[in-house]
Amino acid sequence: MILVIVEQREGKLNRVSWETLTAGQAIAAETGWPLEAAVVGGSVAAIAAEVAGKKVAKVSAVESAKLEPYTPDSFAAALKQFIESKQPKLVLMPHTYQVRDFVPKLATAMGRTVISDAIGYKKEGEKMVFTRQMFQGKFVADVSFAGDAPWFVTFQNGAFRGDKVEAGAAAAPVETVAVEIADGVVRNKPQEVFKEAKQAVDLTQAEVIVAVGRGIKEQKNIEIAKQLAEALGGELAASRPICDSGWLPMDRQIGSSGQTVAPKLYLALGISGAIQHIVGMKGARTIVAVNKDSEAPIFEIADYAVVGNLFEVVPPLIEEIKKAKAGA
Amino acid sequence: MLIHVGEAWADDPVFNETLRRRQESFVKILVCMKQVPQKDAPLKLNEGGTWIREDVSYEVNEPDAYALEEALRQKEKHSGEVVVITSGPARASQVLREALAKGADRAIHLEDNAFVGLDAYNTARAFAAAIKDEKFDLIFTGLQSDDYGYAQTGVILAELLGWPHATIIMQIEKQDAGIRVKRELEAGFFQFVDMPLPAVLTIQSGINKLRYATLIGIKQAKNKPMRKVTMAEVQTAIGENLQKIEKLYIPQKTKKTEMIQGSPGEMAKKLVEKLRNEVRVL
Repeated sequence: MILVIVEQREGKLNRVSWETLTAGQAIAAETGWPLEAAVVGGSVAAIAAEVAGKKVAKVSAVESAKLEPYTPDSFAAALKQFIESKQPKLVLMPHTYQVRDFVPKLATAMGRTVISDAIGYKKEGEKMVFTRQMFQGKFVADVSFAGDAPWFVTFQNGAFRGDKVEAGAAAAPVETVAVEIADGVVRNKPQEVFKEAKQAVDLTQAEVIVAVGRGIKEQKNIEIAKQLAEALGGELAASRPICDSGWLPMDRQIGSSGQTVAPKLYLALGISGAIQHIVGMKGARTIVAVNKDSEAPIFEIADYAVVGNLFEVVPPLIEEIKKAKAGA
Repeated sequence: MLIHVGEAWADDPVFNETLRRRQESFVKILVCMKQVPQKDAPLKLNEGGTWIREDVSYEVNEPDAYALEEALRQKEKHSGEVVVITSGPARASQVLREALAKGADRAIHLEDNAFVGLDAYNTARAFAAAIKDEKFDLIFTGLQSDDYGYAQTGVILAELLGWPHATIIMQIEKQDAGIRVKRELEAGFFQFVDMPLPAVLTIQSGINKLRYATLIGIKQAKNKPMRKVTMAEVQTAIGENLQKIEKLYIPQKTKKTEMIQGSPGEMAKKLVEKLRNEVRVL
C-alpha cells in the first residue's frame, strides 16, 4: 500500500499536498499498489473530506488534541502508531519545512530511513528507485532503499503537477483514527505563527524580475542590477545569501524560505541555482541566466544562457534595452 | 553568588557537576560540521559514476559555519564550552582547525574515508557513539549540507539521544528553564518555540554574521585538543546503510536552452532581440 500524508497548517490544506498525491497516484498506477491518504491534526475531518474527493481508496483523519499546534514530538508519535497499524510499503510526503522537522525523527523511531527531497521515481523491476539532486543540483542520484518497508520519501516542491491530481469517481471513505499521545511526550511549546514586519514588496505579482546572487560580489554592485530592473520595468530580487548579507531586504528573497514567483521573465544574474532558490522561481515563463560558470545548475532550467562576466554583459544590456524602449 | 573553589575540590567530579549546575549560564555546545566541495568548484564524476572525483577544493558547509558562529556567541554570552565534531578523511580536519581558530575549545574527528559514504542515520549513530561520555546542553548542526542535502542528520541525532529538537533556527535565547528559539517557516513566517535542555537545533544560514579567525586564534588553535575517533571505535554502533546511491549522473536537461554568444555588446543585442520578439517584455 502507498500512504500519502497530506499537510495541513492551521486547519488549511497545504496545496503542495496535491503534488504528492499526484506522485502517489502515478506510482499506484504503475505498481498496482492501493493508494490511501491521511491527514494529521487536532480536528481535520474537513480536510480529509476534501482529499476524499480525489482518486484514493481511503482517507484517514489521524486526530488527537495534542496534535494542535504542530510539534515534531506529537506528529512523530501519532504517525508512528498509525503507520505501524497500517503497514504501508511506501509513505509519501511533500518536502516542506514541517515535514523536514518531524519525518527524520519518525523514521528513526521506526528504525527506517527517509529519501528526502526526491524529484522523481523509477520502477526498475521490483525495485523502486527515487531520484534526488545532490551537490546543489549539479548531479542527480538514483537512490534505493536497502532496508525493510515502510519506505519514507519526501518530494520536492514542484516535482509533480498538483493540478494533475485525479479526482475519484465517488468520494473515498473517510475514517477517523484517534491516536493516544501520552502526557510528557510533547516537549516543545510552540507560540503563535507570525510574519515579520509587513512585506513591502509582493514579488509574486511582478511580470519581470531581475534577481542577483553571489556573483554580484559586493553590495555596491547591486546598483547595476537595480538599473537593469528599472530599464526592464521589473522588480529587483535576490537569492538567500544576498539577503543574509543584508545587501537587499529579506522581503526581496526568492526561494524556499522567501517568495515563490512565476513572472513572464526571470533574469538571474550571478545565481548558481541552488535547489532552495530554484524551487522559488522555476515556474517563470522565461528564464535568462547570466553566469560566468558554464556548469552552474541555473543553466539547466534557463531558456537563454549567457555564459560570461555579468559586469561586462549587464551595462551594454541596459543600453540596448533603453534603445529598444526608445525606439518602440 | 560567589563560589569559592578550593584546590582540593577542583578535580572532584561531583562537586564540579554541582558547580556547573549552579552556574546557570554555563552552556556546553557541540557543533556538527561538515566539509563539502567548494561552491564553485567544478565537480567531475568518478569512473564508476558512484561518487565525485575527490581531487577538488573543499570548504566548510555554509550553514555549519553559521551554527559554529552561533555556538561561539552563546558561549561568549553565557560562558561555557564549544566542541566541534566532523567525520571524514584527514582533509576534513581542516574545518575543525578553522573552528578552533575561530574560538572553539576542542574538536572531535571521526577520521576515515568510509564515513563519507554513510547515510544520515549511520552518520548520526556514529556521532552519538563518539560523544556518549560527554554531557552537552545543546547540539547544533547546519540545517542541511551542500553535498547530500539530506537535511536529516541533526533531527536523527536528537531522536537517538532522546532529546527534543527544533529545525531551521534563526534565533536562540536562554531562559530560566530551557531556551526560546525562533523557527523559520515557509513564505516569510516565523514561530517562537520554548523547549527544555538538552536539545538539538538545526541552524539556518544568516542567523548571525560570521567572524574571521584572528592570527592569535590561528596560533592558539594549534594547542587545542583534537580527539581522533577511528571507524573501529564506532563500528558496533552503526549498521548497513538503509539507503543506497545506485548511481550519480549529470541531470538530463528538461529545457532547451539557447546559448547567447559573442562579445558582451553582441550578447546584449541578441538578448534584447529575444526579449522583444520571443519573451515580449519590451
